[in-house]
Amino acid sequence: MGITAKNFIASYTKPESLITEEYPEEKPKLPENNRNFPFLVFDDDPDAGLRCVSCKICERECPPQCIYIVQERDENGRPVKQPKVFDIDISVCMSCQICVEVCPFDAIKMDQEYELSSLDRFDPLIHDRQRLSKSNEYYHSIHPAEAAAVDAVLAEKAARKAGNKKAADNES
Amino acid sequence: MNPPSETGSPSPNPAESPRYRTAGYDSDAQLLEVSLGPQHPSTHGVFRMNVALDGEDVVKLKPVFGYLHRNHEQIAEQVSYLGSMPYTDRLDYFCSLSNNWAYAAAVEKLAGIDVPERAEYIRVITSELTRLVNHTSFLGFMLSDMGAWGTVLMYAFREREKILDLFESLTGSRMMGNYMRFGGCRCDLPPGWLEQARKVVDGYPAFLDEMESLIATNEIVISRTQRIGRLPADKAVNGSMTGPCLRASGVNYDIRKVDRYGIYDRFEFRVPLGDHGDCYDRLMIRFLEMRETLKILRPALRDIPEGPVMDPKARQRNLRPPEGEAYARVEAPKGELGFYLISDASDKPYRYRVRPPSLINLTLLEDLCLGEKIADVMVILGTIDIVLGEVDR
Repeated sequence: MGITAKNFIASYTKPESLITEEYPEEKPKLPENNRNFPFLVFDDDPDAGLRCVSCKICERECPPQCIYIVQERDENGRPVKQPKVFDIDISVCMSCQICVEVCPFDAIKMDQEYELSSLDRFDPLIHDRQRLSKSNEYYHSIHPAEAAAVDAVLAEKAARKAGNKKAADNES
Repeated sequence: MNPPSETGSPSPNPAESPRYRTAGYDSDAQLLEVSLGPQHPSTHGVFRMNVALDGEDVVKLKPVFGYLHRNHEQIAEQVSYLGSMPYTDRLDYFCSLSNNWAYAAAVEKLAGIDVPERAEYIRVITSELTRLVNHTSFLGFMLSDMGAWGTVLMYAFREREKILDLFESLTGSRMMGNYMRFGGCRCDLPPGWLEQARKVVDGYPAFLDEMESLIATNEIVISRTQRIGRLPADKAVNGSMTGPCLRASGVNYDIRKVDRYGIYDRFEFRVPLGDHGDCYDRLMIRFLEMRETLKILRPALRDIPEGPVMDPKARQRNLRPPEGEAYARVEAPKGELGFYLISDASDKPYRYRVRPPSLINLTLLEDLCLGEKIADVMVILGTIDIVLGEVDR
């Protein structure tokens, strides 16, 4: 009885016991590692700057098979390194992050958006390419440390590629 | 359990409690069959029991499960080795990180992968924190099974939430960690995590003292648990019970001590044992285990070395272990959790089998409940501590 009374009073007075967040007026502060559903990262331009090259590794590795990709083709029917269709069924996705781990191009990352309810059970739960594409700045805003590390790796890769090209140009 | 008396009259020995009379007594009376569950508020998930009652005494009990069957083992044989890892979180969803460890250990054994020292420490820390989560919420659910709706459960969940916050900042998810990988852990600890964990661990004894003073000498708890659902040691061993329920019957068997897997041989801790094997012992042994767990956590959080958390040679994608088989087990909070894998050198396991502690502990439910009152069945079921995600898979 005494313990209950102590806890009851503490729940109104002690600051560490006043832990209820007044959602939705007050949004919870998520830890940086928090993950919800995947999104696609683009640099600069949402269409041409998409990092995804449609290699379909994530589609193959996804344990519940919730990713669907169709590769873009140019007017001659040759494949282009861009996804034409990139759908994620978030009613199937289990937020396991394996697509992020296997992606060699750092193109797919985990989002922290959680207000995803919809009135329809079907179409709004299938996120298409347009809805999934989010900018690199957004990625920096939700996972700052991770995004900085990814940018460093990508810059190094680009520098090496430019160096190789220069060397090739010099040889020819 | 007394044999049914031939005359059909109560046992002539007055020392024997009428509680332990069995079927055969008063054979004129009709038996009443009650289907408890699958949506009973305290059946811990979608679990059903077909109980035959003589008055209020249980004379027969048949567990019915499978309502949550998801074909876990068959799915795992269709996806890659890495792809099964997030599914193991969903076995026993209170203890996802212990499940991760058991599966990672099985694949590491199969493929011969080493684990760096820092990763071993992280594994011990996370799975011991998981034990705290499991036992704490067990106490809350247990008390609410006995009729103390809400209050104790909320106290327990308040402490559990602190550990789940630690898990969220480490793995990204409160419950579905998907954190361990073959040859280590997915990512290193975020900055400040160890201090936060130390704070939680240092604050835990105060919570345990408070909870123990609420429960241990409470008259209602004692009358509802002491001498109820007794499980003798030989029966527990015969039923291959493991975990706290087995140790409450007085059998000294803890895989952390038997196998000394991981780096458990570096920590000083004792294995608490019960005397009577009744519900009270099974309840109180969780307190003692949590106190021992804190004894492991404090030095582990102090001594954790710097270094990599992943074996650089270990592959996650396209892992093709050599042909063979492996069985690895860990002491999950509920008992022995084992994974048995057969590899045919392809990228998927040929056979994948889980030895879930909840399911095998549940097989003794009828032996525990026979002769008890129907109201005690819920308490007995609660003390076995099952999670249906693991029972049905």
